Amino acid sequence: MRTTLSLTLVAALLATGACARRDRAVTATPPLATQQTAPTTANEEDVGLVELPGSQADLVAKAGSDTIYFGTDKSDVDGPSRTILTAQAKWMMANPAVRASIEGHADERGTREYNMALGERRANAARDYLVAQGVPAARLLVTSWGKEKPVATGADESAWAQNRREVTVVVK
Amino acid sequence: MKRIALASLLLASAAIAQDAPPPLEVNVVGGTNAVTAIAVPVMPTPAAADTAAGPTAALGRQVAEVIAADLRATGLFTPLGPDGIDSYRFADAGSPAYATWRSAGAAQLVTGYVEARGDGRITVGCYLHDVAAGRELTHQGFAVAATDWRRAAHKCADTVYSRLSGESGFLDTRIVYVAESGPKNRRIKRIAIMDSDGSNHRYLTTGSATVTTPRFSPRGDKLVYMTTAGRRPRVMIMDVASGTSRSLVPGLVLTFAPRFSPNGRQVVFSMAAGGNTDLYVVDADGGTPRRLTDTPGADTSPSYSPDGSRIVFESDRSGTQQLYVMNADGSGQKRISFGGGRFASPTWSPRGDLIAFTKIAGQFRIGVMSASGGGERLLTDAWQDEEPSWAPNGQFVMFNRIRQGSSGQTSLYAVNINGGNPRRLPTPQDGSDPSWSPLQR
Repeated sequence: MRTTLSLTLVAALLATGACARRDRAVTATPPLATQQTAPTTANEEDVGLVELPGSQADLVAKAGSDTIYFGTDKSDVDGPSRTILTAQAKWMMANPAVRASIEGHADERGTREYNMALGERRANAARDYLVAQGVPAARLLVTSWGKEKPVATGADESAWAQNRREVTVVVK
Repeated sequence: MKRIALASLLLASAAIAQDAPPPLEVNVVGGTNAVTAIAVPVMPTPAAADTAAGPTAALGRQVAEVIAADLRATGLFTPLGPDGIDSYRFADAGSPAYATWRSAGAAQLVTGYVEARGDGRITVGCYLHDVAAGRELTHQGFAVAATDWRRAAHKCADTVYSRLSGESGFLDTRIVYVAESGPKNRRIKRIAIMDSDGSNHRYLTTGSATVTTPRFSPRGDKLVYMTTAGRRPRVMIMDVASGTSRSLVPGLVLTFAPRFSPNGRQVVFSMAAGGNTDLYVVDADGGTPRRLTDTPGADTSPSYSPDGSRIVFESDRSGTQQLYVMNADGSGQKRISFGGGRFASPTWSPRGDLIAFTKIAGQFRIGVMSASGGGERLLTDAWQDEEPSWAPNGQFVMFNRIRQGSSGQTSLYAVNINGGNPRRLPTPQDGSDPSWSPLQR
C-alpha cells in the first residue's frame, strides 16, 4: 500500500524537477510532495524492494543482458545499449507484475559524491529510454550506487569499463 | 561530550610569577625540517594512589607516553622519552634542573604530575619549559575522571603545541570515518569513531548497509552521513551518544553529500532527480528542503564558510568538475577554480581563508587554494587521495589515500598545510572518508 503511494510521489517529484529545470526557478522545491510520507525512521522508510532471481534470469535470457555500459564520465546510451534496453522494455511490458530498479554505477576513478550524481545520470538515461519504449514510468525506480558496488576489482581501464554501467534489477 | 575542568588554580602555588614571555618562533614552513627535541619524562605523583584507571604512578607514565606520541604526530617535535630518560621529583615539576635537561639534548621540556582527588577524578598538571632559556613557558592543570586520563594527556599536548606554534590545539579531538573490510566488490563499510590518536575506537553502524561520508556537527554530538539502505542513497542524521539515526529528508528521493552549517541548525546536501543533481538545504530537525541551485549538471560536495554566509561546492556545469562559491541562499554563484585538471570535494577551512580540494589530473591529489580562488598549492602526491577534512585549527588536512590495485586498500592520512610528508593514522581496518571533530572542551 505504502509502496504504491511512494512510487506515485516519486513520479510527481521527477516531473516537478524536470519543470523546475526548464523554468530555471531557484525557488522550486521538488521534494515538497515527499513531506506527506509521515514516517521518518529508517526502517519505515525502506521500500522493501525484493529481488526476483527467477525473473532476473528470464530478463537476461530474453533481453540479452541486464546491463549496459558507458564511456568515462559519460551517460549517453549508445547503439548496443539501445538494442539491449529495447529488449528489456519488451520484457517489462510482457511482465506487468514486476517493477525494475534502474541502478547506475561509476568506476573508482572519480570522487565519491560526484560519482553518486554520475550514477544517477546514467540510470536516468536508461530509464528515459525504457519509458520512451513504452514502459510505464511508475514501474521504474531510479537509483545510484556511485562507485560503491564495482563488479570488476582491477585497477585498470578494462575493469573500470565494466564498472561504468547501468543494471536493470527486477524487483517486486 | 564531557567537559574537562581547568585546574589552573591548583597550580598557582607551583607557578613562578613572571611576565608572559613572547611566543617562541617555530618555523613550521617545511614541516618535518623544523623539528624540535622536546623531553617528556614520566610524570611523578605526589602520593601513590589507586584510581579506576590504575595506580597514579602508572598513569604518570601512560600520560607522558600519550603526550610524546601526540607531539610527534604534529610533525613539529622529536620527543625524547618517557622511555630511556630520567624523571624528576614531584616537588621539582615547576622548577626542574634545566642544566640536566640541556645536557640531555632537549630544547624544551614537559613536566607535570598525576594526583588522585577525593572524588574519583585525577588532576593532571602540565608545565612547558624552555630548557635553553631556563624558564617556564606555560602551565595548565586538568581535572578529569580517572578513566578519561587520555583526554588530560591530549589537553596537555595541545597546551604545548599551542604555546610553541602559536596555533590553536587540535589533539583533543575525535575522528569519525568509514571502516572498510572485505573484497573490493563486496566491501563492508561501517562508520567508526576514535580519538585523534586512534584510541577508544568503536563502530557506530553494523555494516548491513553501505555507508559513506560521515561528517561531524559543529559541536561534535551529531553526524550526517549517507546510507544505501533501501537500494538508494539517502542522507541520515545520527546522535553520536545513542547511535540512533533518522532520515533527514523523508521519501524516495536520492540524497547525498551532507554537511552541517556552522551553527548546526541546517544541513546542506545534494539531491539527484531526472539526471540532474542540485544543492538543497534543510533544517537539521527536519522540514521542507529549500533549493539552492538549479543549473543543469552535477552540483555536489557543498561546504559552508565558517561564518555560514557562503557555500563552496563543485559543479560540472562548465563541462568538467570545478569549484564554485555562492551565498548561503544560493545567490551569487561564481567559479573559483581555473587552469588544468578537474577540482572536486572542496571543504572550507575553519579559519575561513583556504579551501581544500581534490585535484584530478591523472593523479588525485589534495590541495588548498585561497577562498577567493588562486594561490593553488598541492599537498600530496599519490595515485588517489581524496575526501579532505580540516583539523579544527585549520593547520592540517586529513584525507583517504587509495592504493592502486585489486584490493581496494584505503587508509587515512593527515598532512600539514605548510608542507611535510603526510602521516598515516593507524586504524584496525582500512579507512576512508575521515571527518575531524571540533576541539573538545
